[in-house]
Formats: sequence, C-alpha cells, structure tokens
Amino acid sequence: MSAHSDAAVNADRAAPARAASYLHDGYTLWSWLSSRDHKRIAILYAVSITAFFFIGATAAALMRLELFTPGADVVDADTYNRLFTAHGVIMVWMFLIPSIPSVFGNFALPLMIGARDLAFPRLNLLSWYLYAGGGLFTIAALLLGGVDTGWTFYTPYSSVFSNTHVILTLAGVLIVGFSSIATGVNFIVTVHTLRAPGMGWFKLPLFVWAIYATSVILVLATPVLAITLLLLAAERVFHVGLFNPALGGDPLLFQHLFWFYSHPAVYIMILPAMGVASEIIPCFARKRVFGYRFMAFAIIGIAVISFLVWGHHMFVSGQSAYASMVFSLLSFMVAVPSAIKVFNWTATLYKGSISFTAPMLYALGFVVLFLQGGLTGLFLASLSVDVHVTDTYFVVAHFHYIMVGGAVMAYLGAAHYWWPKITGRLYPESWARLAALIIFAGFNLTFFPQYLLGYEGMPRRYHTYPPDFQVLNVLSSAGAAILAVGYLLPLGYLLWSCLHGRPAPDNPWGASGLEWKTATPPPQHNFDRLPDGSDPPYDYPPLQE
Amino acid sequence: MDAATPDSEQDIGRQAARTRLGMWAFLGSEVMFFGPVFFAYLYGRFMWPQAFEAASRGTDLLCGAVNTAVLLTSSLGVAVAHLLADRGAYGRARRALDAVVLLGLAFLAIKGYEYVQDWREQLVPGPHFHLQGAVNQAGAQLFYFVYFFATALHALHLTAGIALMLHCRRALRRRPGRPTLRRLEAAGLYWHFVDIVWIFLFPALYLAGRAL
Ligand code: HEM
Ligand SMILES: [Cu+2]
Repeated sequence: MSAHSDAAVNADRAAPARAASYLHDGYTLWSWLSSRDHKRIAILYAVSITAFFFIGATAAALMRLELFTPGADVVDADTYNRLFTAHGVIMVWMFLIPSIPSVFGNFALPLMIGARDLAFPRLNLLSWYLYAGGGLFTIAALLLGGVDTGWTFYTPYSSVFSNTHVILTLAGVLIVGFSSIATGVNFIVTVHTLRAPGMGWFKLPLFVWAIYATSVILVLATPVLAITLLLLAAERVFHVGLFNPALGGDPLLFQHLFWFYSHPAVYIMILPAMGVASEIIPCFARKRVFGYRFMAFAIIGIAVISFLVWGHHMFVSGQSAYASMVFSLLSFMVAVPSAIKVFNWTATLYKGSISFTAPMLYALGFVVLFLQGGLTGLFLASLSVDVHVTDTYFVVAHFHYIMVGGAVMAYLGAAHYWWPKITGRLYPESWARLAALIIFAGFNLTFFPQYLLGYEGMPRRYHTYPPDFQVLNVLSSAGAAILAVGYLLPLGYLLWSCLHGRPAPDNPWGASGLEWKTATPPPQHNFDRLPDGSDPPYDYPPLQE
Repeated sequence: MDAATPDSEQDIGRQAARTRLGMWAFLGSEVMFFGPVFFAYLYGRFMWPQAFEAASRGTDLLCGAVNTAVLLTSSLGVAVAHLLADRGAYGRARRALDAVVLLGLAFLAIKGYEYVQDWREQLVPGPHFHLQGAVNQAGAQLFYFVYFFATALHALHLTAGIALMLHCRRALRRRPGRPTLRRLEAAGLYWHFVDIVWIFLFPALYLAGRAL
C-alpha cells in the first residue's frame, strides 16, 4: 500500500498547485483501514480480491495437475472434492461477484457521474469489512480441512451426509452476501441522487448503467441466497427440514431457491464486464458507442430476464417436463439482448480508428470469449442437448468461457484502463500486450478441449478418468500452466509500475468521460469544482472518411 | 450513514431523500429475504395439505392475536412519534418511542412464552416431536420447522428494530433536529416493514386451517 503513496508523492511533484491526491491523505495502515473515501476502499478491495483470486487459482492448479494423468497420483477423491469446492466457492463469491463492482465500480463510478463520493461512505467501508470477514470464515473452513459439497451445496448431501465444515463455509458466504447487498444499496442511491448537474439517465456512461443494473440484481437476488443458506444450516443443525426427503422434505425446493439466486448471479458477474467493454471499445476505436440507447435497454432487459430462467439448471433434476420447456424457451430469450450488445460493439469497432493497446486487447478478448460462451449456453438451453451434456466438461467449459474468459478478461481490461488514474503511473505497454496475448492463448488451450471432453462424455467432478480422455486433458493442463504465467505477469509489472512507472497525465488515453477530467490521481474530494454533466456520453469527434 | 456534513437547507433535503431511498432499497432486499420462507410455507401447504392444516391448529391463537394487536399499536406509536418530532415536540416524541419499545418488548415476551408452551407440548422439531392426533407426523414437523424459522427470524428483526428505536430516542435527546428526524423516518419505515411481515405470518401460521 505504501507503494501507492510513494507513487503519488512523485507524480504530484510536477504540479504543486493542485489539491493533494487521495493517496496523500495519510500514510499509515490505519488511515487506509478507516478510510471512507471510495477510492481508498476500492484499493482495499483490489488487494483482498486479488489475494482470493490467487488462492482460488492455486486450488485450480492442483486440480489440473491431478487431471494430467488418468489415475489418482496427486490427491485422493476426498481431497479432490475439497479442492473443487474451495475453488468454486472462492472464485464465485470472493472473486467474480465482488470484483468489478467493488473495485472499479467503487473507484470509477462516483468519478464518472461527477460525485464527491458514494451516498453512504461509512456503509461502504462496512461492506469491505463484511467482505474481508466473510472471506476469512471461508479461509478458516479451508484451513480446518475444507468442504466437499461443491459450490452449489446441494441437499441432502450438504445437510445430512457431508461431515466437513459446511456451516463455517455457509457463514462466510452469508456474510459476503450482506456485503453485496450493502454495496448494491449504496450504488443504487448514488446513481439516483448524486449525478452531476445536467447528467440525465441517458447521459450516463454504460459502465454506470451496468453497475446500476447489477446492483438491483444484488439487492433482490442475494437475500434469497441468504435465506436458503440459513434454511440449509437450520436443517443441518437440527436434523429436521424442508429439503431432506428422509423426513418428508424435498431437495428440489433447495435447487429452486439456490438457482433463483445463482442464475441472476451469473449476470452479476457478466453485466459489469459488459460495462467495462463499453468504456474501452469506444475509447480505443475513437468512436461513439453504436446504438447507445439500445445498449442501455439491453442491460435492463438482461437484468430482468435473468430472474426468469433459473430452471434451466434443473432440466435433469426431476422438475416437470412442462416447467423445463418454459425455462428452455425463456433461456433463449436472454440471448436477444446479449446479441444486441455484441452486434453494437462490433458496429462500434467497424471503421473505427482502432489502436490495439493493452486495455483494448483485453476488451476484444472479452467479446470473443463471451460470444463463444454465450453460444454454447444456447446448446445447453436446448433441452435435448442439455440432457446429453449435463454434468460433463461441456458445462465446465461453457461457464469458464463466460466467467473466466469473459469476466476475468474484463476485470484485467478495467485494471489496465483505469490504472493510470488510480495510481498516477503508466505501466509498461509491451509487457501488458504480451500478457493479454498469453492469457488469451492459454485460456483457449485450457478450456476448448473441455468442450470436446464433455461432448465425448467425461463427467465433471471426478479425479480420475479413462485413458482415452488423456490427450485432451493433457492439452487442458498445459493450457492452464500457460494461463498461470499469463495471470502472474500483470501482478508483476503492475506492482513494478507503482514504483517505477512513468507519471501519467490526467487523460492518457484521450478518453471522454468525467473521470478523466479531474487530476491524476484524483484529489480526495474528486473534483475541485463540481463538473458539468451535460455533455453526451462517448463524445468522441466524428471521424473523417 | 451520512455523507459529508450538510451545510445548506438544500443539502439537508437531498440527504433526507438519500436516506429514504436507501431504506426503500434495503426493504426491497428484505422482501426478497422473507420471500423464500413464504414460498417454503406455500410449498409445504401444497404438498402436505392435511398435515399443515392439522399442525396449524396446534399454534396458540390467543397469543398470536394479542401479539398482532400489540404490534399494530406499536406501529401507530412510531407514526405518532415522527409526527410529534416533526412539530418540535421532542419530549413527547421520546415518550411515544418509549411506548413503542415497551410494546416491542411485550411482543417478544409473549412470543417467548409461546415458545416455552410449544416446548412443553413437544412441538419443537427434533427427536421428541409429537403432535397429538396428527396422522402425518413428518409433515406436521415440517410445518413447525417453518413456524419456528419464520417467527424467530421475525423476532430477530424486531429486536433490531427496538435497537434502532432506542438509538433514535437517544438522538432526539442529544441533538434534536432535521438529521435526527430523517433517521427516525427511516427507522419508522423499517418498523412498519417488520410489522407487515407479521401481518402475513399471522394468518399463515395461526389462522389457515382453523376453520376446517
Ligand atoms: C452471461 C453469462 C453466463 C454465465 C456467467 C453463465 C454461467 C454458468 C454457470 C456457472 C453454469 C454452471 C452451473 C453449475 O455449476 O452447474 C452454467 C450452466 C448453464 N448455463 Fe450458463 N452462463 C451464462 C450465460 C448463459 C446463457 C446465455 C445461457 C442460455 C441461453 C446459459 C445456459 C446455461 C445452462 C442451460 C446451464 C446448465 C447446464 C447444465 O448443468 O446442464 N448460460 N452457466
Ligand atoms: Cu443459468
């Protein structure tokens, strides 16, 4: 953390007349841990979320190591179960859900709408403590021996049979959930009440729209997860319950409640990523976003439909055939607004003056991988195909394309795009481009073979497999090694840039948007004078033919 | 939950709007929190109708009805307190809050008495559960699982509400004024919400099945 402060000292030397940057506002650890400044809280999130990412990634690396050979060489079945559970729980709740909203939503959103802070700064700090506290519960469960239920906690296994640390893990996820709700409420109120004068709803940057819609989903879906986990915990502790068929209950009820949260949750992960792409692409294509209003409506459409399709996770669980048919149909409807977004990004790129900077490479990678993951989602939404590939590696490939290919790419894109604003330093561009390419290549090598494996029938969540599947598994594991290198690179050069990077100007990319109109790094109150929000968003001058 | 200290009339107005919107968003989330409990109840009633009807006849109608009245009166008290504080009668507003807190505690006490009775009558789900005269003991036990879960969750919310009221009461004494009023209004919204949850729980757990 002190690295950031040093960076600020040097960056500010050039312009002594300005108000001190937010990095200047105290240098002790406590000045960070007690800060109510949304920019500092964003950095607290960035540090803790990155730590969780690498813990989750370590579990994944061990799994890919085990799957290098058909037999059980590295870990036994029990340990393998605990590994994929830890991986799933940490990646979903400690990384993917909070990552872009809590880090870049926190840092950039108030700047982008010309606000001095979020609506409830103290609540914002509280939600970081909840996040960190909940995360520590999960880590504690891991250290005590882990959990083997899978990230979906399906009953009755989780409520009756598993003798691992289910309750502790549930507590962690529950607490992180309250953090999400607090963050969501904060963003909603901020967007409603703190926009700069002149900034109407259709002048909001699309990133703000995306975070706003995400917040609505967070506020409405997360409590359903919370109560479901509480019911599960009650059933586990008191040995009676709703979900346990031995006592007359029904495990389908658990699945309905769980997926009622968890399908919208996948949009909590992907909508902010779409928002990031919508900032980066126009900036580096030097064009206005094509079809701005459609983009905004598509965000709303996705958010609404996301609540109606949970049943596609239960095609083979014994729900009625009619329900499955309705859910299949509704699932296809999600594809419409998603496709609108992909078309409009493409149209924005068309005849743009494109510069392939690092953020742009990450954003393009996002679009390509999201498109692929989305298309295979349509396979899965078709009832008959799903019955064939459900619970195979095809599903694993599908959601990794969306969540790792999509959301993590966008997270890195956002990190590079706003890095100069956050730290006041530029990163080494050629390293950053190299890392983007390595990640893209490593990613495809890791997950494409899994589509084939799944199609050929390799089930998910097993630590051994028939030797026939080995070639594809070796390819996948090799890809994972490349991917690991790709993820470690940004960690290295970004940290290096904090100390040695060139000082960044206020607007290094020539981007439009209020966040680039203030000093770099921004002063504690964001703007010395309240900015005017009446310019249209993405105000890039039209290109000459 | 405040942004920077307010400096003008206009700022105070904006902050009031902000607090109100924040509370409404939070209550939206609370609705979704209680939603699955009601869903689970409906699910059970649909799947095991006879057992649920028989079981709901085991709850204590008198306690439930008295508690409903207690809670509704307390909501009136919160509204009165806000009205009085708005007119500057802070002392009387505080007394109204006293009444609200006492009514909240009375509700909890009655609920606690009910729990003890339930325990005596072997209605707590678990190895000793037994509902007299019920054919489907497992189904009846599910009803009582939902009953205890829902009412305990409601009691927890009410406890938080009492804490909020005590907080507002102290603020009215120490620094009466617009920011405190704003807080009282938000706390009131929360109290009414907790009330409304009970208005749904009471017929579901105590009344349904009684006429049959
Ligand atoms: C937009 C972002 C999306 C994300 C982040 C995402 C994520 C996921 C995840 C995590 C799973 C696995 C759940 C598990 O552990 O069992 C999954 C499965 C599934 N997804 Fe997606 N998905 C997305 C888009 C879509 C779309 C657009 C569709 C359909 C049009 C779709 C259809 C499905 C289906 C049907 C399954 C269940 C497959 C099975 O278990 O057999 N997904 N998705
Ligand atoms: Cu889904």
